[in-house]
Amino acid sequence: MSLSMSKRRAWLLAVAAGGLAVVGCGSSGSTVGVTPTSVTFGTHQPLTGPAAPGYSEIAPASIAFFKYVNAHGGVWGRKINLIVKNDEYNPTQTVNVVHQLVLQEKVFGIFEGLGTPTHTKVVGFLNSEKVPDLFVASGCPCWDNGAEHPYTFGWQPNYTIEGKILGQYIAQHFAGKKVGVLYQNDDFGNGGLAGIRDEVPSKDIVATQPYEPGTTTLAAQITAIKSAGAEVLVDFTVPIYTAIGQLTAFTLGYTPQLVVSSVGIDPTTVAALLKTISKGKASGTALIEGAITTNYLPSSTETSNPWIALFRRIHSEYDPGTPFDGNTVYGMATAYTLVQALKAAGKNLTREAIVKAVEEGGKSWSGPGLVPFRYTKTQHGGYGGAEIGRVEGGKIVLSGKPLLTEPTAGTPITPYTGSQPAPPTGGVPSE
Amino acid sequence: MRALARVGAVRAAVVVLLAALAFGAVSSLVGEYRDLQLADGAYYFAALIGLSVLIGFGGKISLGHGAFMAVGAYAVALLVADEHWPLVGALAAATAVSALVGAVLGAAASRLQGPYLAGVTLTLAVALPQIGNRFPETLGGENGLVIDPPAPPSFLGSSFPPQRYLAWIAGLGALAALFFIYNMTRSGAGRALRAVRDDEVAAALCGCHVGRTQTVAFVLSAACAGLGGGLATVVLQLAQPGAFPLELSLRIFAAAVIGGVGSLWGAFWAAALLVLLPNWSHDIAQSLSLSGNVAANLPLAIYGVMLIVAMLLWPGGIQAGLRQLSGLLKRAYSSRHSVTQSNPAK
Amino acid sequence: MTQFIDLTLSGISNGAIYAAVALALVLIWRATRIVNFAQGAMLMITTYIAAALVEAGNPYWLALVVAVAAGLVFGALTELVLIRRVESAPPINAVIVTLGLLVFLEALAGMIWSDTPRAFPAAFSIQGYEVGHTRILFSPNSTFIVCVVALVALALGALFRYTSLGLKLRAAAFAPEVARLLGVRVGRMFTIGWALAAGVGALAGALVAPSTFVGPSNFDPILIFAFTAAVLGGLESPLGAIVGGVLIGLVLSYVSGYEGEALAPLAALAMLLLTLMLRPTGIFAASRERRV
Repeated sequence: MSLSMSKRRAWLLAVAAGGLAVVGCGSSGSTVGVTPTSVTFGTHQPLTGPAAPGYSEIAPASIAFFKYVNAHGGVWGRKINLIVKNDEYNPTQTVNVVHQLVLQEKVFGIFEGLGTPTHTKVVGFLNSEKVPDLFVASGCPCWDNGAEHPYTFGWQPNYTIEGKILGQYIAQHFAGKKVGVLYQNDDFGNGGLAGIRDEVPSKDIVATQPYEPGTTTLAAQITAIKSAGAEVLVDFTVPIYTAIGQLTAFTLGYTPQLVVSSVGIDPTTVAALLKTISKGKASGTALIEGAITTNYLPSSTETSNPWIALFRRIHSEYDPGTPFDGNTVYGMATAYTLVQALKAAGKNLTREAIVKAVEEGGKSWSGPGLVPFRYTKTQHGGYGGAEIGRVEGGKIVLSGKPLLTEPTAGTPITPYTGSQPAPPTGGVPSE
Repeated sequence: MRALARVGAVRAAVVVLLAALAFGAVSSLVGEYRDLQLADGAYYFAALIGLSVLIGFGGKISLGHGAFMAVGAYAVALLVADEHWPLVGALAAATAVSALVGAVLGAAASRLQGPYLAGVTLTLAVALPQIGNRFPETLGGENGLVIDPPAPPSFLGSSFPPQRYLAWIAGLGALAALFFIYNMTRSGAGRALRAVRDDEVAAALCGCHVGRTQTVAFVLSAACAGLGGGLATVVLQLAQPGAFPLELSLRIFAAAVIGGVGSLWGAFWAAALLVLLPNWSHDIAQSLSLSGNVAANLPLAIYGVMLIVAMLLWPGGIQAGLRQLSGLLKRAYSSRHSVTQSNPAK
Repeated sequence: MTQFIDLTLSGISNGAIYAAVALALVLIWRATRIVNFAQGAMLMITTYIAAALVEAGNPYWLALVVAVAAGLVFGALTELVLIRRVESAPPINAVIVTLGLLVFLEALAGMIWSDTPRAFPAAFSIQGYEVGHTRILFSPNSTFIVCVVALVALALGALFRYTSLGLKLRAAAFAPEVARLLGVRVGRMFTIGWALAAGVGALAGALVAPSTFVGPSNFDPILIFAFTAAVLGGLESPLGAIVGGVLIGLVLSYVSGYEGEALAPLAALAMLLLTLMLRPTGIFAASRERRV
């Protein structure tokens, strides 16, 4: 720490000695966290504790992608560094580590800070300090407020967008069937439930059961949904609770049509948890086979997708020994978007420049996403839709028909006609 | 008797004034992040000082003081954000509300022995913050409540760092707790507490009301924790279930014991540990460039080992250990001194 | 009605697990007057060992036996290496040491096995029994869990009541000085108490793991409610641990089912407080102890 400080100071002295010309043209040297050869971001992630499973893989995947980009010359000659701090998903710690990153480590910006209850507590600070707060790893609608929080940008689709798309599918394909919803009692679950309510007739929704993250059993929730006679079970759950819920349903002999948000269905994770039930009488994927879900990125199991092939190659080179699953794809895809943003911000990197780059160009960036971003000056939400998929043979098979919508109630769901481009040669974004 | 009390109050005032000067000087010298750490330390100190009295003087174990911090935190958040109370009023109310919750529990607690009280307080630490999830309309659910950061008053100048202002607010709160507790421990109430802790029967024979004395200790410690929680809300601008997990209750309990219970300095060491140790252990883990899982868990491992080693090395806590150390040094010094005198040629 | 039955059944099978871990806490309390907060982490480690054996292709029963054996050794070692050094210190120091052990073991598990939870097999089918036209929330594996816990409780009861080892264990716990004078090797009794407790804990871990999965902090909630159960039943009493465990299991299940999960721990707290107001040392308190 003190080493890097003294280095930076030495470098600043060198600039001062080098003459006023550099300062005069608004050099990147005046921007915190940026040198001619590097740019440093910070992030807060749950590396340990109850929220760590799965999520702790995201930042290492992003770092792997940055290492890959750095090995190929970086962006505008700068290598990307990411300082990861563990906040244990405890907002007190989030506030602490983000202050540390901004005030002491002097990072250029915060990247993919994870979680709604955590990140909502630093948005005010980051915006008052004018620190770019890029691509928050949460689908809370709260990031989508360019007027109030000009420096904060979401990335993944808003939870309500996903809920609406799932809800429309239910209304169209399981019309008139009774629907039960199991949801995590936070903004993720509540946002998803709001989306379902927007599309599914309220008379069809027979049970809505929240659970608190951290619980060890879902017996109360699943029995309530079963006894309400739900024929369709919608899960807004994280993978471990998708698994616990399906185990409980299995015990009860309850086999509704399963519909799961993209958060809770990563087949690699869920199948690994379900693989040993009843000594192989039911295989891991059997309990989620046929489940309907959405995705806004290609599935990690889709080996033929060129983006997945690229990410797998980078993963095996720079983050070996860890599983390759949906979280890995997530971490690499967000890193890809950050590289796009840095490219677009230009050689004279400033905090204002990168914000402007996302606001002005973000909507047209293509990448691993199946749908475009929604970024404008006022709209700071991420992907504007998702694609319905289905678990078949332990893999998610996408329908090939991406859908777009707005998070607000009553807005229509429209098909997206563009297609996903192949990754650029070399895998480093060129725009 | 009254004169004695007045002398005590003057002494307390002097102690608090010195502490205030030291705090103000340090906060003006350090940078913004260190100011925030000072603020963290101050709210921890307010909570710890009460807990330290409860354990050290009351002889009671509480594993649930994080819950009282949550009560104080929510009280401040609700009063400031919804009712637009001034900070001082909100903090006073937070202290009072936590004292009230403490009184309800303390009445029951006074009858309970060590592990039974530990069980009750542990369950309290799990149960209470979850109420926020049940009433999302008023308490904000999992996301909790957010307040605006208090802006430094204009007479401090426009360039006054907001983090330093937070440190000063938290510092003043901690000093108020210090003044109160310092007075209390040196008054009749403090003596009664110690008498009850050491021998309930003897204390009762001497006219101490055992149950009432222990309830008072519990209420006091709950009030301090509530003040600490309220200050935490001011510093962090949040009140939410995830900020007050069981782990927090256990962490402040462990810190209080390791700092040294029943001593004001002990609470100081404990607060310093709570603020500094996570960063130190994280820096150590970072500097070793280990693989992902090991690096992520190393700070926790260091913390765990430290708890064990501290208890084996200093059974009475850091404060007792330091006292022992200074005793040793004094003896070593005086013996060397005598050696030097007897042997001037050296 | 079916929901009530299912909630009851689920409360009983969860309660059996709380009871087993509570039993472990009671054993250690009786042996050394220490509440072992590391119990949950110790059983987490032994369950990881069992999971590793199963993943390596070994039969379930072998893994179960090895887990329990590992628990016995682990418990004895913990007492010999760590607890012995704080047995004479104030009781609060032992609490901190077990908390430190809890934190350290969870970090260690995260380092070795990562924070991602893994699956663990059940001994018998987890498909519920068919009653009428529906399946109930109670499977052959639930029957196995309840029976094993009941058997362990009975066996421990018999050990304490009818064997000379049990007598020595009780003597060492209640009056160590007198016991020492009578030739009981008190230190060894303490070690045996810890070993037995950790063995019971290891068994409980393997029993609950199929439904909670194995992860560094996955057993924390179980330890919390097991502790509540042990205190509710009375820390002196193995029978109290069983009754307390089932009561806590039922209360949590009913309140989660009818009132929402967020208030379930509050209900457990209310039950605990009310009970302790009437009986300050738990339902099955040994009232003799106060008079001695």
